[in-house]
Amino acid sequence: MARRNFFTPLIDENPVTLQILGICSALAVTTSMTTALTMSLALTVVLMASSGIISAMRRHIPAQIRLILQITIIASLVIVTDLILQAFAFEISKRLSIFVSLVVTNCLVLGRAEAFAMQNPVGRSILDGLGNGLGYSLILLIVGFVRELLGLGTLFGWAILPTVDSGGWYQPLGVMLLAPSAFVVLGLLIWAIRVWRPVQVEPDEYPLAEARR
Amino acid sequence: MTELFLRAIFADNLVLSYFLGICTYLAISKRLETALGLAAAMVVVQTVTVPVNYLIHHYLLLEGAWAWLGLPDTDLTFLKLIAFIGVIAAVVQVLEMALDRYAPALYRALGVFLPLITVNCAILGGSLFMAERQYDLGESLVFGFGSGIGWALAIALLAAIRERLRYADVPAGLRGLGITFVVTGLISMGFTAFSTVSLP
Repeated sequence: MARRNFFTPLIDENPVTLQILGICSALAVTTSMTTALTMSLALTVVLMASSGIISAMRRHIPAQIRLILQITIIASLVIVTDLILQAFAFEISKRLSIFVSLVVTNCLVLGRAEAFAMQNPVGRSILDGLGNGLGYSLILLIVGFVRELLGLGTLFGWAILPTVDSGGWYQPLGVMLLAPSAFVVLGLLIWAIRVWRPVQVEPDEYPLAEARR
Repeated sequence: MTELFLRAIFADNLVLSYFLGICTYLAISKRLETALGLAAAMVVVQTVTVPVNYLIHHYLLLEGAWAWLGLPDTDLTFLKLIAFIGVIAAVVQVLEMALDRYAPALYRALGVFLPLITVNCAILGGSLFMAERQYDLGESLVFGFGSGIGWALAIALLAAIRERLRYADVPAGLRGLGITFVVTGLISMGFTAFSTVSLP
């Protein structure tokens, strides 16, 4: 049971590609692996901590004010995370700009608090938070991998494909560093996952296209 | 000011170049009519919250804001996030009551979208950008209005395209979410053309 809480959010119920949760912050930070990894860590830690705390308090939270309480808990955790990043990794925190703060309105964190942590014991909620955080991180890192490798020829700043500018053969694809490529790469990634796991394919809303064939 | 306004709509579009408010953007863009309702709510809330958050940030949170009380060293900027969220929730609530009282037709048209906007990252993102880029009051107002219009324009474009996509023969795995992302990418690519445009 506990294993299922952890493993299903990785691919089968991935929060980003299937449930459309938490995409807001997922795309902006994927221009390089370093920012993608930092963001993944920040989100996973906040998600685990908020799930744990909210689950521990779940019997004492009145139903009418639960949303505002959840948001306050999440916001406090995000502020702490943001301050820790500024203290120990100032360069990266500058590059992440406002996107760490935006974890507050990330539907994934509030979504897991509301859908899972409010009904389940502390241990399983933390595990669920970890699973969903890793599912989110997986997508972030794949998109970051593609964009940094094709856009700059590097990974984590290390040269993998020697670029033309530095005497190699690889001509970097500048468009990979611009916003549009993030949308297209994620769209194609979703396509790949759904070809692999056809259960996730959405039903055709207008099946006439099938009949026409 | 005009340049800031145009940049906020086109080149620095919140959805298409900063990925803000994507969740709502994807979820509510299946039909043009509902998308327009959300877009209208978005413009109104963004235009109100950014300047109000500017006032809160400038007169209550910044270092030295409490100097008149004899507390020149107090720096409350770490409370920015909680303060902004509180302001947004309060503004949405007040706006809802005011619209219900004075413009019931508009209130009915906006319906459920108004409360939903509280957790939209484009609204919070707009206010955080205002603080990070250190706009003054006038600029905040222009930026809030412009970025709201930009978001509205983007969702209207996507909804109009998705209505027609329903008749298209999309590969099974790409159906729904996948093709929507690719379309958004193409719209966004079109909008990058505006980043080189500057006023004479």
